[in-house]
Amino acid sequence: MAARIQFENSCEVGVFSKLTNAYCLVAIGGSENFYSTFESELADVIPVVKTSIGGTRIIGRLCAGNKNGLLLPHTTTDQELQHLRNSLPDQVVVQRIDERLSALGNCIACNDHVALAHTDLDRVRFLFFSFLFFSIKCAYFGQTIAGNILVGSYCVISNRGGLVHPHTSIEDLDELSTLLQVPLVAGTVNRGSEVIAAGLTVNDWTAFCGSDTTATELSVIESVFKLREAQPSAIVDEMRKSLIDTYV
Amino acid sequence: MVPEELASGMFIPQQTIGSVLCCMCGVPMQPNAANMCIKCLRSHVDITEGLQKHVTILHCPECGCYLQPPKTWIKAELESNDLLLFCLKRLKKPNTVRVVHAEFIWTEPHSKRIKVRVRIQKEALHGAILEQPYVVEFTQQEHMCDPCTRVQANPDQWVAAVQVRQHVPHRRTFFFLEQLILKHSAAERAINIKEMDQGIDFFFGNRSHAVKFVEFLGSVVPCKSRNDKQLVSHDSKSNNYNYKYTFSVEICPICREDLICLPPKVSNSLGNLGPLVLCMKVSDSIFLLDPVTLRSAYMDANQYWRLPFKPLLTSRQLVEYLVFNVEVEGPKATIGKKDYALAYAEVARVSDIGRTFIVRTHLGHLLEPGHTALGYDLYASNSNDPEVDKYRGLVFPEAILIKRSHEEERKKMRGKTRAWKLKNMKMEVDDSVKRVDEEKKNTEYEEFLRDLEVDPELRFNISFYRNKERQPSEMASTDGDNDEPVELEDLLAELKLKEDEEEDSDDMTG
Repeated sequence: MAARIQFENSCEVGVFSKLTNAYCLVAIGGSENFYSTFESELADVIPVVKTSIGGTRIIGRLCAGNKNGLLLPHTTTDQELQHLRNSLPDQVVVQRIDERLSALGNCIACNDHVALAHTDLDRVRFLFFSFLFFSIKCAYFGQTIAGNILVGSYCVISNRGGLVHPHTSIEDLDELSTLLQVPLVAGTVNRGSEVIAAGLTVNDWTAFCGSDTTATELSVIESVFKLREAQPSAIVDEMRKSLIDTYV
Repeated sequence: MVPEELASGMFIPQQTIGSVLCCMCGVPMQPNAANMCIKCLRSHVDITEGLQKHVTILHCPECGCYLQPPKTWIKAELESNDLLLFCLKRLKKPNTVRVVHAEFIWTEPHSKRIKVRVRIQKEALHGAILEQPYVVEFTQQEHMCDPCTRVQANPDQWVAAVQVRQHVPHRRTFFFLEQLILKHSAAERAINIKEMDQGIDFFFGNRSHAVKFVEFLGSVVPCKSRNDKQLVSHDSKSNNYNYKYTFSVEICPICREDLICLPPKVSNSLGNLGPLVLCMKVSDSIFLLDPVTLRSAYMDANQYWRLPFKPLLTSRQLVEYLVFNVEVEGPKATIGKKDYALAYAEVARVSDIGRTFIVRTHLGHLLEPGHTALGYDLYASNSNDPEVDKYRGLVFPEAILIKRSHEEERKKMRGKTRAWKLKNMKMEVDDSVKRVDEEKKNTEYEEFLRDLEVDPELRFNISFYRNKERQPSEMASTDGDNDEPVELEDLLAELKLKEDEEEDSDDMTG
């Protein structure tokens, strides 16, 4: 299920957190509310780690990662790198890369199998890292989301689905979903905001979005990321549909 | 022009705009800047929020002006473009708002409310521009403007007075002047007009209005003017001085049809004209004609006031003559747009038929035996003009005929009303002056109207208005016989022009 949260009165929760199937990074806030929401949802399954990157709180925009690995920008301090290596599970590769574009979260959108990357990223180095750490079969370059080259900001993808910028044309949607092999939907978060990744952070079974998000947006998010099916009751509902034809 | 993409031979895939769900209500719609459907956006954002919806404007009930702060008063009709412009100016609005359209909503004039529907455009959310109409109510507060306050406080509070005088025993000039002033709306700005002995006083609220009026007078009558000012109050610290200005305008006492004995100097300067001459016409100059030789001259106001003279005999002293015989001496001559012919005429005064005179006259083309004519009886008159004494051996003719008399026609006309009438200025009669003989004034006015009927040249500058009181049956009767001195066709044409002003649409048959 998707949860609506705020980080210190800001609805841009994707900026202050990084959620994958194997770990969750949360920015260090003034209060524990933000952290505890993640903690209550995820603590049983994956580690929730409080961290900063390069001394800033906008960790969601600075790093990119999936269940296999985590790419950190060159601004990351040794201490932070060490802290993350200590906190994350052993199979997650944590790597700091020497890349000119330091907001990796804005430049890379990925799930556990594929990634979209900004055109200006160092192609060779990125391919190297993606093969090495992400176990990514292929990485796609040169894509834009509704004309925006910051693909990491305007789309969010998980292994089950993806939400992209509302202005994306139908042809682009078809092309992207063919490339990524997941169903995509154009939509908004935070009451009409088109910066999807800033307002939403998602993994295969849960999602967190800004508290401005309306019920309509929430239902779009839950249906495209198939979050309802992730609940145990979903299986029963599914089965009932196929077993019982009509109620008399 | 070929688009750049096609020119470069690049393939451009077709882009179909998809639909997203409205973030508020979930209706599928085309994505927009706010990603909200129009209805939700409307209900969500009120772009007129914080804009003025009630404005108070100051309105002068006397002159119908509106105050444009800080000090300007703008005259505007209800529902006019001027008023709309004024209203929109008074409306305070931030730079982010753009007015697209504005219109009045009708309100009762006495409700003292002006309602304007304004259509505005403003950025609502994330660059989405919304357009929305809203109604602004302007409340009129009555507040008299400065000039009106002054007038209300004391209507006689004039700043400049123009005293127009003519020192003659009749008011004919002023009747004519009145019509000229009305025709040119020259005294429109006058606060008050007072009828005085031998003249009229005009009062103005502003010196420049008076100066303009004096200039107007100078262009229509030969006159001289002088002005004085009196200090009313002053504030030496701010260098303010309040004066009352008085303009004294004297119109030359020579009138149309006056007989003049020119002073020797004037006569010399006009080429030994006269010395006995008739004044035939007065405009901004005087037109003099020697009835014996048909020589003529114009004198402008400057020339006249350098060496002023007085009439020997005026039109009040005209005597009726009976014409017995006319012998035309020469061909017709046109002088000053009018025809004259020299002739010898044998005439006798109607009062004393027994004594006949043979006189030279310039009216040879008009007079026929049996006519009556008006003229100056020099035989019987006893002149005491000093100018006459300056000429040695000057022999006066016994009579000088001025014009044909239309007395018989007039007798037929008696009891009938005229088909036309003139406008009148509102004048206050000054009580301090000795009681003006009402009877005499009426007779003079009647004479003035008769002159207008007879002389087309006089009618030239005057606006005639249709007399509604006149019965059509009378019209028809006068139509048949040809006794009306003013040609009816001529008059009607002039009237037609003014018909819309009179707000009368039924046409006159004639």
